[in-house]
Amino acid sequence: MSGKEIEVVQNIYDENDKIALETKASLEELGIFVVNVMGAPGAGKTSSIINIIRNLPEEKIYVIEGDIESDLDTVKLKDLGINTIQINTGGACHLDAPTIKNALQNLEFSQPGILFIENIGNLVCPAEFQIGEHIKMLICSAAEGSDKPYKYPLAFEKADVILLTKCDLKEYVDFNDDFFLKGIRGLNKSVPVFEVNAKTGQGFSAVAEWLKHKSH
Amino acid sequence: MHEYPITEQIVKIASDKAKENNARKVTRIALVVGEYSGFIGESIQMYFDIISKGTICEGAFLEIEKIKAKWYCPACDIYYLRQPFSFACPQCGKDGEPTSIGKEFYVKNIEVET
Ligand SMILES: Nc1nc2c(ncn2[C@@H]2O[C@H](COP(=O)(O)OP(=O)(O)OP(=O)(O)O)[C@@H](O)[C@H]2O)c(=O)[nH]1
Ligand SMILES: [Mg+2]
Ligand SMILES: [Zn+2]
Repeated sequence: MSGKEIEVVQNIYDENDKIALETKASLEELGIFVVNVMGAPGAGKTSSIINIIRNLPEEKIYVIEGDIESDLDTVKLKDLGINTIQINTGGACHLDAPTIKNALQNLEFSQPGILFIENIGNLVCPAEFQIGEHIKMLICSAAEGSDKPYKYPLAFEKADVILLTKCDLKEYVDFNDDFFLKGIRGLNKSVPVFEVNAKTGQGFSAVAEWLKHKSH
Repeated sequence: MHEYPITEQIVKIASDKAKENNARKVTRIALVVGEYSGFIGESIQMYFDIISKGTICEGAFLEIEKIKAKWYCPACDIYYLRQPFSFACPQCGKDGEPTSIGKEFYVKNIEVET
């Protein structure tokens, strides 16, 4: 009986990342640009997706809704005529690459366009798992408070675009713009930050414009 | 919840490596877990005991090395731990940049019996 140490040094995310890259490559071939939409529960992810889509009338849109349970958001999107499928994770706190790979078998891509994947409401775990996206869109609402970049740095660091939603609520929650932006800049020097309000649709045309540019 | 599939991955990495080396049994697995990897060592251990049952890794000791996240200040060329609600460099006071230190999440090595 002899104990022997063997070097491994293997990243635990390797398997997930490998599948994510395969997914991304196969969607790219179909001309699909993938947006991973992340944010806390109730931040305004679904409302933001709907408002962005309204501002992209000439784009073909697909949506995958991740949720721990229920298909409320999917019903809302389908009612608007958007090609949507639902994933229920049954408790898991984030979407991962194998889950998305499976779900994609149920979505028919008839033409090139943009696929929004609404991740599970959570500011921690989704940031760590690639799922095949081209960009990560972080939805952060004013109601959550301006200290979020400091408490959940990874989500802000990894975001390719940030939407500050529920800006109509700023005055009620003592939102501190400078503190919020300083936190973001300490983590991510170049990420664009858009201020939006899903109640009025304000700010979303700029987001749509940015996205259109990014996806083409 | 999160730790379950990840722990399966850890058992798989260790088992594959052990078999590659014709080992009979894995006695220790050394993990490196950064502060911002989002993983809690205690939960990994709990799932590990369940998932490793009946595998070559059953009964192995999980050794978890935790790493604190560090920021880098290009002006002062130093790495530092940040203060709560700030990313400022302790020397010059300007905000530095995040680094990969603290995001590690890998199996470093294993100890086996042959
Ligand atoms: N005042 C205000 N309310 C908003 C805004 N955007 C969304 N809401 C409300 O916030 C609530 C949550 O919005 P959703 O879009 O469902 O949020 P979500 O992030 O998709 O939520 P989950 O999928 O459950 O995590 C709803 O009641 C929305 O009407 C906004 O800009 N201003
Ligand atoms: Mg939603
Ligand atoms: Zn400095």
